[in-house]
Amino acid sequence: MMNAAAIVVGCSTGGLDALKLLLGGLDRRLPQPLLVCCHTGSETIELLCELLGRVSALPVIAAAERHAVRGGHVQLAPTGYHLLVEPDRRFALTTDPRVNHSRPSIDVLFASAATVWREALIGVVLTGASADGAEGLRLVRRAGGCAIVQSPADAQIPVMPQAALDRAGADYCVPLNDIPPLLNRLCLP
Amino acid sequence: MEPLGDELAREGIELELFIQAMHRRHGYDFSQYAPASLRRRVRQLAERFGCDSISALTGRALHEPKLLPQLLEGLSVPVSDMFRDPAVFRALREKVLPLLASYPQINIWQAGCAHGEEVYSLAILLEEEGLYERSRIFATDLSANALRQAEEGIYPLREAKQWSRNYQAAGGTRSLVDYYNARYDLLKLDDQLRRNITFAQHNLASDRVFCEAHLVLCRNVLIYFSNPLQDHCLALFRDSLVRGGFLCLGMCESIDFADSAGDFAAADASLRIYRLAANGAAMAAP
Repeated sequence: MMNAAAIVVGCSTGGLDALKLLLGGLDRRLPQPLLVCCHTGSETIELLCELLGRVSALPVIAAAERHAVRGGHVQLAPTGYHLLVEPDRRFALTTDPRVNHSRPSIDVLFASAATVWREALIGVVLTGASADGAEGLRLVRRAGGCAIVQSPADAQIPVMPQAALDRAGADYCVPLNDIPPLLNRLCLP
Repeated sequence: MEPLGDELAREGIELELFIQAMHRRHGYDFSQYAPASLRRRVRQLAERFGCDSISALTGRALHEPKLLPQLLEGLSVPVSDMFRDPAVFRALREKVLPLLASYPQINIWQAGCAHGEEVYSLAILLEEEGLYERSRIFATDLSANALRQAEEGIYPLREAKQWSRNYQAAGGTRSLVDYYNARYDLLKLDDQLRRNITFAQHNLASDRVFCEAHLVLCRNVLIYFSNPLQDHCLALFRDSLVRGGFLCLGMCESIDFADSAGDFAAADASLRIYRLAANGAAMAAP
Protein backbone atom coordinates (compact mmCIF):
# COMPACT_ATOMS: atom_id res chain seq x y z
CA MET A 1 0.00 0.00 0.00
CA MET A 2 1.18 3.49 -0.88
CA ASN A 3 -0.25 6.96 -0.56
CA ALA A 4 -1.51 7.11 -4.12
CA ALA A 5 -3.19 10.35 -5.18
CA ALA A 6 -3.66 9.63 -8.87
CA ILE A 7 -3.22 6.97 -11.57
CA VAL A 8 -2.14 7.59 -15.17
CA VAL A 9 -2.56 4.91 -17.82
CA GLY A 10 -1.11 4.77 -21.34
CA CYS A 11 -1.90 2.36 -24.15
CA SER A 12 -2.04 2.20 -27.91
CA THR A 13 -2.70 -0.70 -30.31
CA GLY A 14 -4.83 -3.28 -28.50
CA GLY A 15 -5.61 -0.69 -25.85
CA LEU A 16 -9.38 -0.83 -26.10
CA ASP A 17 -9.60 -4.47 -25.03
CA ALA A 18 -6.95 -3.95 -22.38
CA LEU A 19 -8.76 -0.93 -20.95
CA LYS A 20 -12.05 -2.81 -20.82
CA LEU A 21 -10.45 -5.49 -18.71
CA LEU A 22 -8.54 -3.02 -16.55
CA LEU A 23 -11.45 -0.67 -15.83
CA GLY A 24 -13.89 -3.57 -15.36
CA GLY A 25 -11.74 -5.00 -12.58
CA LEU A 26 -11.35 -1.84 -10.52
CA ASP A 27 -13.01 -1.39 -7.16
CA ARG A 28 -15.78 1.18 -7.48
CA ARG A 29 -14.72 2.76 -4.20
CA LEU A 30 -11.38 3.95 -5.62
CA PRO A 31 -11.10 7.61 -4.62
CA GLN A 32 -8.24 8.48 -7.00
CA PRO A 33 -8.61 10.05 -10.43
CA LEU A 34 -7.56 7.76 -13.26
CA LEU A 35 -6.26 9.59 -16.33
CA VAL A 36 -6.00 7.66 -19.57
CA CYS A 37 -4.13 8.40 -22.76
CA CYS A 38 -5.07 5.92 -25.48
CA HIS A 39 -4.10 6.44 -29.12
CA THR A 40 -7.42 5.66 -30.72
CA GLY A 41 -7.36 7.13 -34.19
CA SER A 42 -11.06 7.87 -33.80
CA GLU A 43 -12.45 11.31 -34.56
CA THR A 44 -13.89 11.96 -31.13
CA ILE A 45 -13.42 10.65 -27.66
CA GLU A 46 -17.13 10.39 -26.82
CA LEU A 47 -17.54 6.99 -28.45
CA LEU A 48 -14.62 5.57 -26.50
CA CYS A 49 -16.05 6.99 -23.25
CA GLU A 50 -19.33 5.29 -23.96
CA LEU A 51 -17.76 1.94 -24.87
CA LEU A 52 -15.60 1.90 -21.76
CA GLY A 53 -18.34 3.33 -19.57
CA ARG A 54 -20.42 0.20 -20.16
CA VAL A 55 -17.85 -2.06 -18.54
CA SER A 56 -15.95 0.26 -16.20
CA ALA A 57 -16.47 0.19 -12.47
CA LEU A 58 -15.93 3.97 -12.40
CA PRO A 59 -17.65 6.62 -14.53
CA VAL A 60 -15.73 7.37 -17.76
CA ILE A 61 -15.64 10.93 -19.09
CA ALA A 62 -13.51 13.05 -21.42
CA ALA A 63 -10.99 15.25 -19.61
CA ALA A 64 -12.43 18.76 -19.82
CA GLU A 65 -10.18 21.77 -20.41
CA ARG A 66 -9.68 23.98 -17.31
CA HIS A 67 -11.88 21.71 -15.20
CA ALA A 68 -10.59 20.12 -12.01
CA VAL A 69 -9.32 16.56 -12.12
CA ARG A 70 -12.07 14.43 -10.58
CA GLY A 71 -11.42 11.71 -8.08
CA GLY A 72 -13.22 8.40 -8.58
CA HIS A 73 -13.55 9.08 -12.31
CA VAL A 74 -11.78 7.75 -15.37
CA GLN A 75 -10.86 10.72 -17.57
CA LEU A 76 -9.70 10.23 -21.15
CA ALA A 77 -7.42 12.51 -23.17
CA PRO A 78 -9.45 13.98 -26.06
CA THR A 79 -8.43 13.02 -29.59
CA GLY A 80 -6.06 15.46 -31.26
CA TYR A 81 -4.83 17.23 -28.11
CA HIS A 82 -2.08 16.65 -25.62
CA LEU A 83 -3.48 16.36 -22.10
CA LEU A 84 -1.56 17.96 -19.24
CA VAL A 85 -2.26 18.55 -15.56
CA GLU A 86 -1.66 22.02 -14.12
CA PRO A 87 -0.07 22.54 -10.69
CA ASP A 88 -3.54 23.39 -9.32
CA ARG A 89 -4.77 19.97 -10.56
CA ARG A 90 -6.83 21.23 -13.44
CA PHE A 91 -6.67 19.87 -16.96
CA ALA A 92 -4.92 21.71 -19.77
CA LEU A 93 -4.94 20.80 -23.46
CA THR A 94 -2.46 21.78 -26.14
CA THR A 95 -2.17 21.39 -29.89
CA ASP A 96 1.63 21.29 -29.76
CA PRO A 97 3.25 19.03 -32.36
CA ARG A 98 2.92 15.28 -32.03
CA VAL A 99 5.29 13.48 -29.70
CA ASN A 100 6.29 9.94 -30.75
CA HIS A 101 3.95 10.47 -33.73
CA SER A 102 1.09 10.83 -31.28
CA ARG A 103 -1.27 13.49 -29.99
CA PRO A 104 -2.31 12.85 -27.31
CA SER A 105 1.05 11.56 -26.19
CA ILE A 106 1.48 9.36 -23.13
CA ASP A 107 4.88 10.90 -22.41
CA VAL A 108 3.36 14.40 -22.23
CA LEU A 109 0.59 13.32 -19.83
CA PHE A 110 2.92 11.28 -17.60
CA ALA A 111 5.54 14.04 -17.45
CA SER A 112 3.08 16.70 -16.30
CA ALA A 113 1.34 14.31 -13.87
CA ALA A 114 4.72 13.36 -12.36
CA THR A 115 5.47 17.05 -11.86
CA VAL A 116 2.20 17.49 -9.99
CA TRP A 117 1.80 14.29 -7.95
CA ARG A 118 5.42 13.14 -7.70
CA GLU A 119 5.73 10.13 -5.35
CA ALA A 120 1.94 9.83 -5.03
CA LEU A 121 1.49 8.91 -8.69
CA ILE A 122 1.03 5.46 -10.20
CA GLY A 123 1.91 5.09 -13.89
CA VAL A 124 0.63 2.14 -15.91
CA VAL A 125 1.83 1.19 -19.41
CA LEU A 126 -0.16 -1.38 -21.38
CA THR A 127 -0.12 -2.88 -24.87
CA GLY A 128 0.98 -0.78 -27.85
CA ALA A 129 3.10 -0.59 -30.96
CA SER A 130 5.21 2.49 -30.20
CA ALA A 131 7.68 3.63 -27.57
CA ASP A 132 5.39 6.37 -26.29
CA GLY A 133 5.11 6.25 -22.51
CA ALA A 134 8.63 4.95 -21.87
CA GLU A 135 10.15 8.36 -21.13
CA GLY A 136 7.02 9.39 -19.22
CA LEU A 137 7.22 6.32 -17.02
CA ARG A 138 10.90 7.03 -16.37
CA LEU A 139 9.89 10.47 -15.07
CA VAL A 140 7.15 8.95 -12.89
CA ARG A 141 9.75 6.70 -11.24
CA ARG A 142 12.30 9.49 -11.04
CA ALA A 143 9.74 11.52 -9.08
CA GLY A 144 9.34 8.60 -6.68
CA GLY A 145 6.09 7.32 -8.15
CA CYS A 146 5.16 3.71 -8.79
CA ALA A 147 5.48 2.08 -12.23
CA ILE A 148 3.31 -0.81 -13.39
CA VAL A 149 3.98 -2.39 -16.79
CA GLN A 150 1.96 -5.12 -18.44
CA SER A 151 4.23 -8.11 -19.09
CA PRO A 152 5.23 -7.86 -22.75
CA ALA A 153 4.55 -11.58 -23.23
CA ASP A 154 0.98 -10.98 -22.07
CA ALA A 155 0.37 -7.86 -24.18
CA GLN A 156 -1.44 -7.95 -27.50
CA ILE A 157 1.44 -5.84 -28.89
CA PRO A 158 4.56 -6.07 -26.70
CA VAL A 159 6.50 -3.10 -28.15
CA MET A 160 5.23 -0.42 -25.79
CA PRO A 161 5.53 -2.30 -22.48
CA GLN A 162 8.95 -3.59 -23.56
CA ALA A 163 10.12 -0.05 -24.39
CA ALA A 164 8.87 1.12 -20.99
CA LEU A 165 10.73 -1.69 -19.21
CA ASP A 166 13.91 -0.95 -21.14
CA ARG A 167 13.84 2.76 -20.41
CA ALA A 168 12.16 3.02 -17.01
CA GLY A 169 12.09 -0.40 -15.46
CA ALA A 170 9.07 -1.18 -13.32
CA ASP A 171 8.00 -1.73 -9.75
CA TYR A 172 5.54 -4.32 -11.00
CA CYS A 173 5.65 -6.16 -14.31
CA VAL A 174 2.56 -8.36 -14.36
CA PRO A 175 -0.06 -9.78 -16.74
CA LEU A 176 -3.05 -7.56 -17.46
CA ASN A 177 -5.37 -9.71 -15.33
CA ASP A 178 -3.31 -8.94 -12.26
CA ILE A 179 -3.27 -5.16 -12.72
CA PRO A 180 -6.80 -4.31 -11.45
CA PRO A 181 -6.37 -6.19 -8.13
CA LEU A 182 -2.91 -4.65 -7.79
CA LEU A 183 -4.30 -1.15 -8.29
CA ASN A 184 -7.12 -1.84 -5.84
CA ARG A 185 -4.60 -3.01 -3.27
CA LEU A 186 -2.30 -0.01 -3.81
CA CYS A 187 -5.07 2.55 -3.88
CA LEU A 188 -7.61 1.58 -1.27
CA PRO A 189 -6.89 2.51 2.33
CA MET B 1 21.37 12.57 -9.15
CA GLU B 2 19.54 15.66 -7.87
CA PRO B 3 16.16 14.65 -6.38
CA LEU B 4 13.37 15.50 -8.80
CA GLY B 5 11.60 17.63 -6.22
CA ASP B 6 14.64 19.91 -5.95
CA GLU B 7 15.08 19.94 -9.70
CA LEU B 8 11.47 20.99 -10.26
CA ALA B 9 11.69 23.69 -7.61
CA ARG B 10 14.89 25.05 -9.18
CA GLU B 11 13.36 24.90 -12.64
CA GLY B 12 10.31 26.77 -11.35
CA ILE B 13 12.57 29.64 -10.29
CA GLU B 14 14.41 29.55 -13.61
CA LEU B 15 11.11 29.71 -15.45
CA GLU B 16 10.02 32.76 -13.45
CA LEU B 17 13.30 34.50 -14.24
CA PHE B 18 12.97 33.68 -17.93
CA ILE B 19 9.45 35.14 -17.97
CA GLN B 20 10.74 38.26 -16.24
CA ALA B 21 13.58 38.61 -18.73
CA MET B 22 11.22 38.31 -21.69
CA HIS B 23 8.96 40.93 -20.16
CA ARG B 24 11.54 43.47 -19.05
CA ARG B 25 14.02 43.03 -21.89
CA HIS B 26 11.60 42.52 -24.77
CA GLY B 27 8.19 43.68 -23.54
CA TYR B 28 6.44 40.33 -23.96
CA ASP B 29 4.54 39.15 -20.90
CA PHE B 30 4.11 35.39 -20.62
CA SER B 31 3.26 35.43 -16.92
CA GLN B 32 -0.41 34.75 -17.65
CA TYR B 33 0.24 31.70 -19.78
CA ALA B 34 -0.92 28.31 -18.47
CA PRO B 35 2.06 26.93 -16.51
CA ALA B 36 2.21 23.27 -17.58
CA SER B 37 2.46 23.89 -21.32
CA LEU B 38 4.66 26.99 -20.91
CA ARG B 39 7.16 24.99 -18.87
CA ARG B 40 7.19 22.35 -21.56
CA ARG B 41 7.73 24.84 -24.36
CA VAL B 42 10.48 26.75 -22.58
CA ARG B 43 12.25 23.44 -21.85
CA GLN B 44 12.04 22.53 -25.53
CA LEU B 45 13.23 25.97 -26.55
CA ALA B 46 16.26 25.63 -24.26
CA GLU B 47 17.01 22.28 -25.85
CA ARG B 48 16.64 23.65 -29.37
CA PHE B 49 19.11 26.43 -28.56
CA GLY B 50 21.57 23.93 -27.11
CA CYS B 51 21.16 25.33 -23.59
CA ASP B 52 21.44 22.83 -20.76
CA SER B 53 19.16 24.84 -18.49
CA ILE B 54 16.42 27.47 -18.69
CA SER B 55 18.85 29.89 -17.01
CA ALA B 56 21.24 29.50 -19.94
CA LEU B 57 18.37 30.30 -22.30
CA THR B 58 17.53 33.37 -20.19
CA GLY B 59 21.13 34.51 -20.59
CA ARG B 60 20.86 34.33 -24.35
CA ALA B 61 17.46 36.03 -24.34
CA LEU B 62 19.01 38.92 -22.41
CA HIS B 63 22.22 39.22 -24.41
CA GLU B 64 21.15 38.39 -27.95
CA PRO B 65 18.14 40.53 -28.91
CA LYS B 66 18.25 39.18 -32.46
CA LEU B 67 17.00 35.86 -31.07
CA LEU B 68 13.64 37.40 -30.15
CA PRO B 69 11.74 36.27 -33.27
CA GLN B 70 12.87 32.67 -32.76
CA LEU B 71 12.00 32.82 -29.06
CA LEU B 72 8.51 34.13 -29.81
CA GLU B 73 8.03 31.50 -32.48
CA GLY B 74 8.99 28.72 -30.10
CA LEU B 75 6.72 30.06 -27.38
CA SER B 76 3.66 30.65 -29.49
CA VAL B 77 3.16 28.55 -32.59
CA PRO B 78 0.68 25.74 -32.36
CA VAL B 79 0.26 23.53 -35.40
CA SER B 80 -2.96 23.31 -37.33
CA ASP B 81 -4.46 21.84 -40.47
CA MET B 82 -6.58 23.17 -43.28
CA PHE B 83 -10.23 22.72 -42.35
CA ARG B 84 -9.25 21.24 -38.99
CA ASP B 85 -12.47 19.97 -37.37
CA PRO B 86 -14.44 19.91 -40.64
CA ALA B 87 -17.77 20.11 -38.83
CA VAL B 88 -16.81 23.60 -37.65
CA PHE B 89 -16.01 24.82 -41.15
CA ARG B 90 -19.22 23.24 -42.43
CA ALA B 91 -21.18 25.15 -39.78
CA LEU B 92 -19.39 28.37 -40.70
CA ARG B 93 -20.29 27.79 -44.33
CA GLU B 94 -23.89 26.75 -43.79
CA LYS B 95 -24.98 28.68 -40.71
CA VAL B 96 -22.70 31.65 -40.11
CA LEU B 97 -21.76 32.98 -43.55
CA PRO B 98 -25.38 33.23 -44.73
CA LEU B 99 -26.04 35.58 -41.81
CA LEU B 100 -22.89 37.60 -42.46
CA ALA B 101 -23.96 37.92 -46.11
CA SER B 102 -26.33 40.70 -45.10
CA TYR B 103 -23.42 43.04 -44.38
CA PRO B 104 -22.00 45.13 -47.24
CA GLN B 105 -18.47 44.56 -45.92
CA ILE B 106 -17.48 41.51 -43.87
CA ASN B 107 -14.55 41.76 -41.47
CA ILE B 108 -13.09 38.60 -40.03
CA TRP B 109 -10.35 38.48 -37.41
CA GLN B 110 -8.38 35.28 -37.05
CA ALA B 111 -6.49 35.75 -33.79
CA GLY B 112 -3.41 33.56 -33.38
CA CYS B 113 -3.28 32.41 -37.00
CA ALA B 114 0.10 30.64 -36.65
CA HIS B 115 1.09 29.28 -40.06
CA GLY B 116 -2.19 30.28 -41.64
CA GLU B 117 -3.77 26.93 -42.50
CA GLU B 118 -7.15 28.01 -41.16
CA VAL B 119 -6.93 31.51 -42.65
CA TYR B 120 -6.73 30.06 -46.14
CA SER B 121 -9.48 27.58 -45.31
CA LEU B 122 -11.64 30.56 -44.46
CA ALA B 123 -10.69 32.35 -47.67
CA ILE B 124 -11.75 29.28 -49.65
CA LEU B 125 -15.10 29.16 -47.83
CA LEU B 126 -15.75 32.83 -48.58
CA GLU B 127 -14.69 32.38 -52.20
CA GLU B 128 -17.04 29.43 -52.71
CA GLU B 129 -19.93 31.20 -51.02
CA GLY B 130 -19.45 34.23 -53.29
CA LEU B 131 -18.58 36.56 -50.40
CA TYR B 132 -14.85 36.96 -50.71
CA GLU B 133 -14.91 40.14 -52.82
CA ARG B 134 -16.49 42.06 -49.96
CA SER B 135 -14.59 40.34 -47.18
CA ARG B 136 -11.40 41.27 -45.38
CA ILE B 137 -9.56 38.79 -43.15
CA PHE B 138 -7.22 40.17 -40.51
CA ALA B 139 -4.86 37.35 -39.61
CA THR B 140 -2.79 38.14 -36.55
CA ASP B 141 -0.18 36.35 -34.52
CA LEU B 142 2.37 37.09 -31.84
CA SER B 143 5.18 35.65 -33.92
CA ALA B 144 6.59 37.52 -36.93
CA ASN B 145 8.24 34.31 -38.14
CA ALA B 146 4.93 32.46 -38.09
CA LEU B 147 3.27 35.32 -39.99
CA ARG B 148 5.98 35.25 -42.66
CA GLN B 149 5.34 31.54 -43.20
CA ALA B 150 1.59 32.08 -43.18
CA GLU B 151 1.96 34.75 -45.84
CA GLU B 152 3.90 32.39 -48.09
CA GLY B 153 1.17 29.77 -48.01
CA ILE B 154 3.62 26.91 -48.55
CA TYR B 155 3.07 23.62 -46.74
CA PRO B 156 4.34 20.03 -46.85
CA LEU B 157 2.64 18.12 -49.64
CA ARG B 158 2.20 15.10 -47.36
CA GLU B 159 -0.61 17.02 -45.64
CA ALA B 160 -2.64 17.32 -48.86
CA LYS B 161 -4.47 14.01 -48.55
CA GLN B 162 -5.80 14.70 -45.04
CA TRP B 163 -6.59 18.31 -45.90
CA SER B 164 -8.55 17.23 -48.99
CA ARG B 165 -10.59 14.87 -46.85
CA ASN B 166 -11.19 17.68 -44.36
CA TYR B 167 -12.19 20.04 -47.17
CA GLN B 168 -14.74 17.57 -48.54
CA ALA B 169 -16.11 16.83 -45.07
CA ALA B 170 -16.47 20.59 -44.54
CA GLY B 171 -18.80 20.78 -47.55
CA GLY B 172 -16.25 21.84 -50.18
CA THR B 173 -17.90 22.28 -53.57
CA ARG B 174 -14.80 21.82 -55.69
CA SER B 175 -11.56 19.95 -55.14
CA LEU B 176 -8.81 21.22 -52.88
CA VAL B 177 -6.33 20.58 -55.70
CA ASP B 178 -7.93 23.55 -57.51
CA TYR B 179 -6.38 25.83 -54.89
CA TYR B 180 -2.74 24.79 -54.91
CA ASN B 181 0.24 23.87 -57.02
CA ALA B 182 2.44 20.99 -55.98
CA ARG B 183 6.14 20.94 -56.58
CA TYR B 184 8.52 18.33 -55.18
CA ASP B 185 7.29 17.73 -51.65
CA LEU B 186 5.62 21.10 -51.14
CA LEU B 187 2.28 22.61 -51.98
CA LYS B 188 1.79 26.31 -52.60
CA LEU B 189 -1.65 27.82 -52.22
CA ASP B 190 -3.02 30.03 -54.99
CA ASP B 191 -1.81 33.66 -54.54
CA GLN B 192 -5.34 34.80 -55.37
CA LEU B 193 -6.52 33.46 -52.01
CA ARG B 194 -4.33 36.01 -50.27
CA ARG B 195 -5.83 39.05 -51.97
CA ASN B 196 -8.13 40.02 -49.09
CA ILE B 197 -6.00 38.85 -46.20
CA THR B 198 -4.01 41.28 -44.05
CA PHE B 199 -1.32 39.64 -41.94
CA ALA B 200 -0.24 41.63 -38.88
CA GLN B 201 1.58 41.14 -35.61
CA HIS B 202 -0.71 41.39 -32.58
CA ASN B 203 -0.21 40.35 -28.98
CA LEU B 204 -3.46 39.22 -27.36
CA ALA B 205 -1.99 39.81 -23.90
CA SER B 206 -1.19 43.49 -24.45
CA ASP B 207 -2.52 44.90 -27.75
CA ARG B 208 -5.94 46.41 -28.27
CA VAL B 209 -8.88 46.01 -30.57
CA PHE B 210 -8.04 47.23 -34.06
CA CYS B 211 -11.12 46.48 -36.16
CA GLU B 212 -14.86 46.02 -36.07
CA ALA B 213 -15.30 42.34 -36.75
CA HIS B 214 -18.33 40.29 -37.78
CA LEU B 215 -16.59 37.04 -37.01
CA VAL B 216 -13.63 36.27 -34.76
CA LEU B 217 -11.85 32.95 -35.00
CA CYS B 218 -9.45 32.09 -32.23
CA ARG B 219 -9.00 28.36 -32.20
CA ASN B 220 -6.72 26.50 -29.82
CA VAL B 221 -4.97 29.69 -28.74
CA LEU B 222 -6.68 30.51 -25.45
CA ILE B 223 -5.96 26.94 -24.28
CA TYR B 224 -2.42 28.20 -23.64
CA PHE B 225 -3.64 31.00 -21.38
CA SER B 226 -4.53 31.11 -17.69
CA ASN B 227 -8.13 31.91 -16.72
CA PRO B 228 -7.55 35.68 -16.26
CA LEU B 229 -5.82 36.06 -19.64
CA GLN B 230 -8.49 33.95 -21.31
CA ASP B 231 -11.09 36.26 -19.81
CA HIS B 232 -9.15 39.31 -20.99
CA CYS B 233 -9.11 37.94 -24.56
CA LEU B 234 -12.83 37.15 -24.55
CA ALA B 235 -13.45 40.77 -23.49
CA LEU B 236 -11.20 41.90 -26.36
CA PHE B 237 -13.21 39.83 -28.84
CA ARG B 238 -16.46 41.18 -27.39
CA ASP B 239 -15.24 44.74 -27.88
CA SER B 240 -14.18 43.98 -31.43
CA LEU B 241 -17.39 42.23 -32.51
CA VAL B 242 -20.50 43.92 -33.87
CA ARG B 243 -23.76 43.09 -32.10
CA GLY B 244 -24.75 39.61 -33.12
CA GLY B 245 -21.22 38.93 -34.37
CA PHE B 246 -19.78 35.42 -34.10
CA LEU B 247 -16.92 33.96 -32.11
CA CYS B 248 -15.45 30.58 -32.96
CA LEU B 249 -13.12 28.83 -30.51
CA GLY B 250 -11.36 25.45 -30.59
CA MET B 251 -13.57 22.40 -30.18
CA CYS B 252 -12.34 21.39 -26.74
CA GLU B 253 -12.09 24.86 -25.22
CA SER B 254 -13.98 25.68 -22.06
CA ILE B 255 -15.15 29.19 -21.20
CA ASP B 256 -16.95 28.00 -18.07
CA PHE B 257 -14.67 29.98 -15.78
CA ALA B 258 -14.56 33.31 -17.64
CA ASP B 259 -16.73 36.26 -16.57
CA SER B 260 -16.79 37.63 -20.13
CA ALA B 261 -18.37 34.39 -21.35
CA GLY B 262 -21.64 35.84 -20.09
CA ASP B 263 -21.61 38.28 -23.00
CA PHE B 264 -21.85 35.42 -25.46
CA ALA B 265 -24.63 32.98 -26.24
CA ALA B 266 -23.92 29.57 -27.71
CA ALA B 267 -24.88 29.35 -31.38
CA ASP B 268 -23.57 25.80 -31.48
CA ALA B 269 -22.19 24.76 -28.12
CA SER B 270 -20.56 21.51 -29.25
CA LEU B 271 -18.70 23.29 -32.07
CA ARG B 272 -17.80 26.22 -29.76
CA ILE B 273 -19.45 28.80 -31.98
CA TYR B 274 -20.84 31.72 -29.98
CA ARG B 275 -22.71 34.88 -30.74
CA LEU B 276 -22.29 38.25 -29.09
CA ALA B 277 -25.50 38.87 -27.21
CA ALA B 278 -27.35 42.10 -27.99
CA ASN B 279 -27.45 44.55 -25.05
CA GLY B 280 -25.45 42.14 -22.95
CA ALA B 281 -28.45 39.81 -22.64
CA ALA B 282 -28.41 36.28 -23.95
CA MET B 283 -29.69 36.11 -27.50
CA ALA B 284 -31.34 33.20 -29.23
CA ALA B 285 -29.18 30.97 -31.37
CA PRO B 286 -29.55 31.49 -35.11
